[in-house]
Amino acid sequence: MSDPSFVFPNDLHVPWSIMIVLYPYITGLVAGAFVVSALYHVFHQEVLKPVARLALVTALCFCTFATLPLLLHLHHPERAFNIMITPSTTSAMSGFGIIYSFYMLLLIVEVWLVFRPEIVERANSKTGLQGRIYRLLALGNREVTATSHAADEWLIRVLAIVGIPAACVLHGYVGFLFGGVKANPWWSTALMPIIFLASAIVSGIAALIVLYLFISWRRRTPPDITCLRAMSHYLWISLVIAVSLEMLEMLHMAYESGAEWHVLSTLITEHLAVSYGLIQVLIGSLIPFLLLPMAIRPSRSPRGMMWMSGFASMLVLVQVFAMRWNVVVGGQLFSKSFRGFVEFPLHIGGREGLIAAAVIMILPLLGLWVASKVLPLWETDSIVSST
Amino acid sequence: MTFELNILSNHTNCGDSGGCGDSGCGGSSCGSSLEGELLSSLVEGEGGCGEGPDVSSRRQFLKKASTIAFGTFTLTVLPMSVAPQSAGENALGGSLSDASKEVLYGFLVDTNKCVGTGKCLSACRVENDVPEGYARTWVERFVHYKDGTLQVDLVPETGYAGSDLPAIDPELVDRAYFAPKLCNQCADAPCNQVCPVHAAFTSPEGIELVDSERCIGCAYCVQACPYGVRFINPETSNADKCTWCYHRITKNEQPACVEACPVGARVFGRLDDPESEVSKRLATIPTSVLKEHLGTHPKLHYVGKSGEVI
Ligand code: SF4
Ligand code: SF4
Repeated sequence: MSDPSFVFPNDLHVPWSIMIVLYPYITGLVAGAFVVSALYHVFHQEVLKPVARLALVTALCFCTFATLPLLLHLHHPERAFNIMITPSTTSAMSGFGIIYSFYMLLLIVEVWLVFRPEIVERANSKTGLQGRIYRLLALGNREVTATSHAADEWLIRVLAIVGIPAACVLHGYVGFLFGGVKANPWWSTALMPIIFLASAIVSGIAALIVLYLFISWRRRTPPDITCLRAMSHYLWISLVIAVSLEMLEMLHMAYESGAEWHVLSTLITEHLAVSYGLIQVLIGSLIPFLLLPMAIRPSRSPRGMMWMSGFASMLVLVQVFAMRWNVVVGGQLFSKSFRGFVEFPLHIGGREGLIAAAVIMILPLLGLWVASKVLPLWETDSIVSST
Repeated sequence: MTFELNILSNHTNCGDSGGCGDSGCGGSSCGSSLEGELLSSLVEGEGGCGEGPDVSSRRQFLKKASTIAFGTFTLTVLPMSVAPQSAGENALGGSLSDASKEVLYGFLVDTNKCVGTGKCLSACRVENDVPEGYARTWVERFVHYKDGTLQVDLVPETGYAGSDLPAIDPELVDRAYFAPKLCNQCADAPCNQVCPVHAAFTSPEGIELVDSERCIGCAYCVQACPYGVRFINPETSNADKCTWCYHRITKNEQPACVEACPVGARVFGRLDDPESEVSKRLATIPTSVLKEHLGTHPKLHYVGKSGEVI
């Protein structure tokens, strides 16, 4: 017999908007893209060389805008800096300032080191405004010797090594923000940081595949098929891990059938039926799971692989967004009375509306476009002057 | 006649049953410390008790709080053993007298007595300027039908009598009762734990407060409160919540809801005083708290609460 619903009065106001869906989505892309670049720099996966630079710059561009959704969400954005100057050590959220700043700094330094030979070369060769920009970026450095290049390479590797745990912390911590809320049975699980991390890697690889294919098409240069195959391979493996963890968590909740399972099961089957059942599981997980192995079959033509991998990657990007949506929004759809559900208000305009969300997602891509004009994303041969 | 029957027969005349005049913290020593007033003024803005000396003390307090909170900036990367419980405690730790440290408030709700007049609700809204659509306190009505269905409703501020709530038919209903809700003033408050900027802090008397000048409006505390007590105030953009009328209790007055309740269903007082009504009743009758399994250790206790009240 189902009891009539009842919602606590304050629960009618959903506190976290689509901005809080974007925040883990963006940091996930950052972490994932960084991992791809680290696979090349640290683990010497030479097949990934064609996208290693793109991966690093993509991570930087998304990281640059990662704070924007948070600022738009805060009801007192003018006090945002309090999180840096008066952080509370008991709060999971207070670590944000330090973790984010550290990671951002690491990315900037690594990008600079990776592109230093080209920056220096252009600082020396270009004139006018271009020359001035490169001289500024070169930070007074006008020569790359074999010794300094070797030192750079070493530092890049060190930063990439440090960057892997840093990326894990940056994103695992986002999962912890949710996993640590014991008031909410939809969030409160120790698996949350790991689930977030796994899906972050998935989204990063998928985003790079889509970007790589798109940019190659725009540049009228065929993409490196070996690289694409390797990325699709990595994407499939990480997708299997991420989805298994997500399913494991769900199965565990259902099997235990704790006190709040009646709310969660209604949440999944009724309120998240489309965004979870249809989009996250069927369209976003199952189809790419089947499509990717088909795409990377040795007999597949390059063109067929491009289409299939690209399509599967786009679905995966939708899957990860749906996963963030289902966590953030789903966790706010039921009242803490565990007796009723509320509507999620999705506005078109306004600070936390759909248009603002779309702009936030476009800005990093614009950043990437600007970066591609300044930094040679595709010129992989470094210019080293002999000493 | 029990009050369960009262609700079944839709009685509203409860004028002389119970009363709250002598309940709660009656003693002359009832927590009116300087720090208390100082915190009141901090929480309430410049209104209330913000006279000359208090204002300067308040500034000192803020300064101190900032300094200490800034100190924790460096501690974030160090071991957490020195983590403060709250900014309030730390900021005042040095200057608190031993006497005021002992003040600890408690609250008791008697579901056997509540008749759903809603007087507490309107009293709270007026006293604390609570915006429409939000609640620092509310009253739930639980109706157990004979067919096994449980219906929970929100009692309107105008009271149960004459409201749109479905009337109770004794033929169909096994039992029914009201359960008032307010901040539990958890001793291990998750709202306080998650606040990233020390805006959610504990007063020396164990009251969870919001520093309206520090809150960034992230709403993490709203998510963390298991009882749906906190909200983002649309007028101030700060987190807001029931403070057990901190500005009143530190002046030896009762919370507005307690004062307004005509049947004494809400009892407020000092837990550190064994002679207070709260202490006596907690010592002598069985009580329980909400969502005990979460380990929040509420200082709000219920008499006659059934398991379905969460
Ligand atoms: S009831 Fe909620 S707002 Fe009150 S102290 Fe506990 S967690 Fe904080
Ligand atoms: S809304 Fe304000 S009080 Fe609540 S956690 Fe955020 S900063 Fe702290």
